[in-house]
Amino acid sequence: MDGTPRLGHGFRFQWEPAQSCHVLLYPEGMIRLNQSAGEILARCDGNRDIAAIVADLEQAFASPGLRPEVEAFLTMAIGKRWLRLDAPTP
Amino acid sequence: MNAPAAPIGPPMWLLAEVTYRCPLHCVFCYNPVDFARHEDELSTDDWLRVLHEGRELGAVQCGFSGGEPLLRDDLEVLIAEARRLGYYTNLITSGVGLTEARLDAFKAAGLDHIQLSFQDSSREINDFLTHTRTFELKQRVGEMIKARGWPMVMNVVIHRLNIEHIGRIIEMADALGAEYLELANAQYYSWALLNRDQLMPSREQLRRAEAVTDEWKARLAERMRILFVVPDYHEGKPKKCMNGWGNVFLTVTPDGTAQPCHTARMLPGLDFPNVQEHSLRHVWFESEGFNHYRGTGWMKEPCASCEDKEKDYGGCRCQAYLLAADPDAADPVCPKSPHHEHVAAALEQAETAAPSTKPLIFRDPKESRRLCGQD
Repeated sequence: MDGTPRLGHGFRFQWEPAQSCHVLLYPEGMIRLNQSAGEILARCDGNRDIAAIVADLEQAFASPGLRPEVEAFLTMAIGKRWLRLDAPTP
Repeated sequence: MNAPAAPIGPPMWLLAEVTYRCPLHCVFCYNPVDFARHEDELSTDDWLRVLHEGRELGAVQCGFSGGEPLLRDDLEVLIAEARRLGYYTNLITSGVGLTEARLDAFKAAGLDHIQLSFQDSSREINDFLTHTRTFELKQRVGEMIKARGWPMVMNVVIHRLNIEHIGRIIEMADALGAEYLELANAQYYSWALLNRDQLMPSREQLRRAEAVTDEWKARLAERMRILFVVPDYHEGKPKKCMNGWGNVFLTVTPDGTAQPCHTARMLPGLDFPNVQEHSLRHVWFESEGFNHYRGTGWMKEPCASCEDKEKDYGGCRCQAYLLAADPDAADPVCPKSPHHEHVAAALEQAETAAPSTKPLIFRDPKESRRLCGQD
């Protein structure tokens, strides 16, 4: 899996103080995110590719070997159109 | 008064019904039949305060509807403030009167989403189905929406007068570039209740419409998501109305009356607060109107001992009042309701092949005044 994930069309990601969690907002709906989903999505800014996101998370949480977990989440999120994956630049 | 047992969470949705004015005359409109008695509208400053207070309570979704919200000159100001406060902003409009300049202003204001509703009267169904004026309006507006990067979300109310054309409607929505299409069967409140005999489809019509919709869903899966909302009369199951009374939605009507749903004003004996006199915090947590039907403590039989009472909260209070003349009763849509016969009779009526000879009543201020005896 390779490329640069960015938020899907019409989705917005933000921290909600009233709910103490990150949420994903979309037309007329909302998804509450758990901490790990929130940390991954916070890095899907359309600038970082998957490798950079994984490296950043591994450093932030001092926890190596996160790639499988990140890829599983990204695959699910792309399937639900929360994210789009831009092809890697050659 | 029945105190709710569970702690009250924050509202998720603030619905700003900014005006009851509307250029259209839809026969299924859910605005109150007596809307002409409530012509006052909140000022811009009042709305800005309401938006601020709603966000402080924790609301994340903000809907601007009406009437036709485009008729408020300050709509872009309200949208900009809502967006700045962190709401996801939704505009629910017929698109009538929408211009390039107005859309640019909404884009600059940060509007997140436009739901383009297909309004209709029998005349406009024909227009739509025959590619004439309405279709051209929707096409023009749809192109303007897409050109600015918004998703194209359409809503069409389905009823006896258009249900036979549902395949054609889906085809049209696809031609308009819709990415989401909600096919919402009419719910029988307000104007739709007045016109129920003419609007309610037969079981067979509904079955066929769902089958056709399923075919299209499969065919268009890659580019359009279609949602078919079944009418609760036919489903024989009460809906968890508004996802629970005072649980998710806080509606502010044009004159500032705050309600748990857009039709609750009809319920007798309930005092709904006005945002000109009370903060939204008081409205949501303390007002009699919002607390009265929260939870299950208010229920009587057959709801009180029903195993599904936490699932459907007894259905819709307005429907109970309209059909059983008792807002505390079980929703008559439920087969366990002692008033279910009213729903069964309406369904039977819809089975007759003969078209109703009653004239349709179109939603307009003159009819509204006539119906509430002011004319």
